[in-house]
Parts: sequence; C-alpha cells; structure tokens
Amino acid sequence: MANLSLRVAQVAPIPLQAAFECQSGELLALVGPSGSGKTTLLRAIAGLYQPAEGVIHCDNQCWFDAQRKHSLTPQQRRVGIVFQDYALFPHLTARENIAIPLRHLPRPAQALRAEEWLARVNLAGLGGRFPHQLSGGQRQRVALARALAREPQVLLLDEPFSAVDQVTRRRLQRELVLLRQQIDIPIVLVTHDLTEAAALADTLCVLHNGKTLQSGPPDALFRRPASPEVARLLDRHNLFRATLRHYQGRYCLGWGRFLLNVSAEEQTRLAGYQVGDKLAWYLPPPDIVLHRRERPSNGERENPIPAMVSEVVALGGMTSVALRVAHGEVLRFEIGTHAARRNHLAPGAMVTVSLLASGIHVMGPPDELSSSPGVYEH
Amino acid sequence: MMDWAALSVSLRLAVLTCLILLPIGIWAGRSLAYARHRGRGFFEALVALPLVLPPTVLGFYLLMAFSRDAPFGSLWVSVFGSGLNFTFTGILLASLAANVPFAIQPIQRAFENVPANLREAAWCSGLSIWQTLWRIELPLVWPGVLSAFALTFAHTLGEFGVVLMVGGSIDAETQTLAIAIYDRMQAFDEAAAALMSAVLLGISFITIGVVYGLAGRRRRVHG
Repeated sequence: MANLSLRVAQVAPIPLQAAFECQSGELLALVGPSGSGKTTLLRAIAGLYQPAEGVIHCDNQCWFDAQRKHSLTPQQRRVGIVFQDYALFPHLTARENIAIPLRHLPRPAQALRAEEWLARVNLAGLGGRFPHQLSGGQRQRVALARALAREPQVLLLDEPFSAVDQVTRRRLQRELVLLRQQIDIPIVLVTHDLTEAAALADTLCVLHNGKTLQSGPPDALFRRPASPEVARLLDRHNLFRATLRHYQGRYCLGWGRFLLNVSAEEQTRLAGYQVGDKLAWYLPPPDIVLHRRERPSNGERENPIPAMVSEVVALGGMTSVALRVAHGEVLRFEIGTHAARRNHLAPGAMVTVSLLASGIHVMGPPDELSSSPGVYEH
Repeated sequence: MMDWAALSVSLRLAVLTCLILLPIGIWAGRSLAYARHRGRGFFEALVALPLVLPPTVLGFYLLMAFSRDAPFGSLWVSVFGSGLNFTFTGILLASLAANVPFAIQPIQRAFENVPANLREAAWCSGLSIWQTLWRIELPLVWPGVLSAFALTFAHTLGEFGVVLMVGGSIDAETQTLAIAIYDRMQAFDEAAAALMSAVLLGISFITIGVVYGLAGRRRRVHG
C-alpha cells in the first residue's frame, strides 16, 4: 500500500476529481496552470480543507474519509508543510519558529534540536534573527526546518522556490535534493514550473480544473503525454492531427501529403482505430533529426520530410528552430548552435528532416481545440 | 478644589470597563475578523452603533431598559436584589455598552491583518486552536489590543451623556470627574473645574501616550 494515497472528488465550490499515490522517499510534483487545484489538494492532505468526497490515507492510517465523516485535524496528521510565502511567525526568531513543533520536548532539548535543524539547513548562527532580518532563501530554509522538525509523515511543499531569485532557487533546489537523501517520507511538491518539476520529481502528476489527467515519471510524460490536453499543459510543441491510413500491410499516419511510419508498439495501438479516423499525434523535439547537407546519416530513410526554415533563435549554446512543411504545419526542435551554423540554418532555407518512427506518439482522437490545422503551433 | 471621590469613580469605572470589555473585544474582534457568513455586516453595524448614536439617546434606552418595569431591569432586580439606575453598577453597564466599538474595532482590524496561513502553519506545527491564539495570534494583535485599551480607557474617563442619563450625579457613587467638572462650572467654581479638567487631560494623555509608545516599540522590534 502506498505511504500516501489520495482520492478526492467534488463538484463545487472548487471542482475536484483527483487521485494519486506517493511512496516513501518519492517526490511527486503536482503540475498544472494557476487555479487547477494544486494547492487545494495540498491543503486537503494537510487537513486544512475537506473535499466533499474521497479518502486520504497515510502510513496505513486513515486521515480523511468523507463517507464515514472521518477527518483528522491538522494537529493530528503530522504533516510538514512549507507555504508559498513560508508563513513564518514574524514575532518569533528563526530558532523559536523551528521550536514550535518541538514543544513535546523539554525546553533545553527544544533549543538543542532547533539548533541542529538550523545547522542542517545551513543557518547555524542565525537562530536569533527574526524573519524580517533574513533573506528570502534563508526564510525558506527556516520554513523547511520548521516543517521537518515536526517529524512529519509527509512533507508538502507549496511553490517553495517561487519567491526567490534564480541563483537562490538553484541553490535551494540542490539543497532539497541533498536533503531528500536523508528523509524517507513521501514529498508532494506543488509547482507551475515544469523545468523545476522535471528536475526534482520522480513522478509528475498533471492537474487541470481539479482533475488529475496523467501521472508518471517526467520522461515518460514528456515523451508520451496521454492526451493533447496533457501535452499542451506540459508545454509540448509538435502536436498535430493526422488521418489513419493502411499502406502495404501496415498502419501509418497521413499527414498532409506525407505518409508517416510508426513504431511496432504504436501499430498495435492503432489497430484499435478505423482507417480514415482523425488522430492527434505528438513528436518529441529530440526525435526530429536534421539531415546534414554534406554527409548523409542513419535514419534518413525514416519519414523524410522537406521543410522550409521559418525561424531560427539562438539562445546561448542551443538554437531553437521552426520548420514549416508544405501543408502549413510547423515543426519545432532544438539543436546545438554550432550545428545550426554548420548547416547554414537561416529563415527561408530548405532542409530535410526525419521524424523518427520510434518517437511518433498517437494520443487518440483530437479534442475540440485541434479541430483546425495549426492550432497546436506555439 | 479637586473632587477625589469623582476621580476615584472615574478611574474605577475606566479600569473595570477595560477589564471586562477587553476579553470580550478579543473574542468578538476575532470572530468578526474570521467570519465569512452573511450576518457579519449586521454584527459590524451593531458594534459601530454607539459611535453614531448621540450619548443621550443611548443613555435614554439604557435608562428605560434598566427600569424595574422593563424585562431586563426586573430580571436584574430578581437576581441581584437591587436596581441599576443611579448606581455604580448601572453606569458600569452603560459604559460597557457605550465602549463596545472602541474595544472591538481595533482588535478586529488587528486580527484581519494576521495572514490566515500563519494560523494554518501553527495548526500544522501541532498547536491547538487555544495555543495558536496564545502563542501566535495574541502577540501579533497586541498593538490592536493596546489601542482598544487606550481608546476604551480614555473614552470612559471622558464619558458624559450616557453616564449622566443612567447614573445621575450622585457623589462617590455615579458622579464621575467629567460630571463633577460640569457641576463645578454650573456653580461658577471655575478654579476647581480648571484643576479637574487639567487632571483629566493629564491622565488621558499619559494613558494614550504610554500605550501607543508600547505598541510602537513592539512594532519596531518585530518589524
């Protein structure tokens, strides 16, 4: 059984239809746009919000069961929570803030333990400072220490890096990764920063309008989004519509005037559809291979597509390239800036790319947003 | 010459009003600050009513309510054995009613300024609702409580109309310093009125000064 499992539902005031599990030592990131219900789910776990229906279990203990009208109070749940603005008690020093969850210990032990926590979050010597005398990063560390001093059964982080500058954010993220090695409890991170979620989380859980759409390892989600909606929420480009075709005994995708081969795995999935069906498909940018002008390479025979370069944007070492194919759709991918220069990529240039069959992922019938060509373009 | 009995009545009235009203102010101010129901506006208006009502009007209604023929007055007599009009207890109750806005409003504003997630962080840190009130909320709303104390204390010292209507002007029982000053002026004893006015001014200024000083120091310490 999972260490933390949640299944909640309600219609109003905030629509919810969410379910996920998080094991000890696992970091699950709840991602989704603002107002998708991420923080509400976190509050439900902490006991600060009671959904109309559902159950929440932690360590084989029932924390919430709407049907039985059973709900442990936040005090009974042993949750460590870091709020978005940290919610440090402004009239207490850093040490006193951390000592608040330690009140069950005798006073000298409280002070000693608080000092230990200060040292663990690299704040030794700053225990006597009030929150307003600390920097944003230091405040976040105090909040994290206070959350962990509770010896929680689950750690909840609500956008913990959103209020600090980029440099501090990187440092704090590194510290969180190191800290994770020392604590063996489920960690739920709420963030709208996909890069952060992908870098820190073992599991991504995509949330939209209170509904969990897909959960899985970041790589799997980025390569195989379950639906066009998930793909859009994960800020994926290269979402297209195609028509299912059958050619030389194999299923393939009719995309403009091209017929695209797909992997054996996708062949099996496509058998569930009718020839002529409209399907939404996605191609991860790394699976677009630019053909070199001077030297042919492997994979050139794989779905070769001629296209015109419509945009080349160099961002440091990487260059973002947009290609327009004959029927108007736009392919986007990134290559090293040196490779872009070597291939003389410039707007208006004609190139050929291969769309690797192993990367082509069919998501099923297109949703209403994909009714006209080109709407997936970003 | 100084009317010490009137000063004593005024100070006793002010201290007792503060002692009784401040706990009520903390409870009511907190309840109103966190209230999300529709009745909140009604209760806020009720709290503010003594501010806009002429003291004589409030005094008139209290006088009526305290009379032995009225339900409240007769209930009081049956429980405590004596009436309320023209007694110290009577002017104390009148003073409590007149000071409701001064005791509640500053505390309500202070509670409204405490971010909700501080309470939630306290609960998630294991503090009960009472411990949260004691260790987190009260220290943060302290300047509001001090303000309420200063306003209630000073306003009670200066209360005139309500006290006069309900208590009359009985020596050492219901005659406060403010009423004694009026009495002295009616008797053309300007010197006594001047002295007592100066004393009232001094006490009010010192009270408000000390309290605001304390609140300001707290703000400086905690930022």
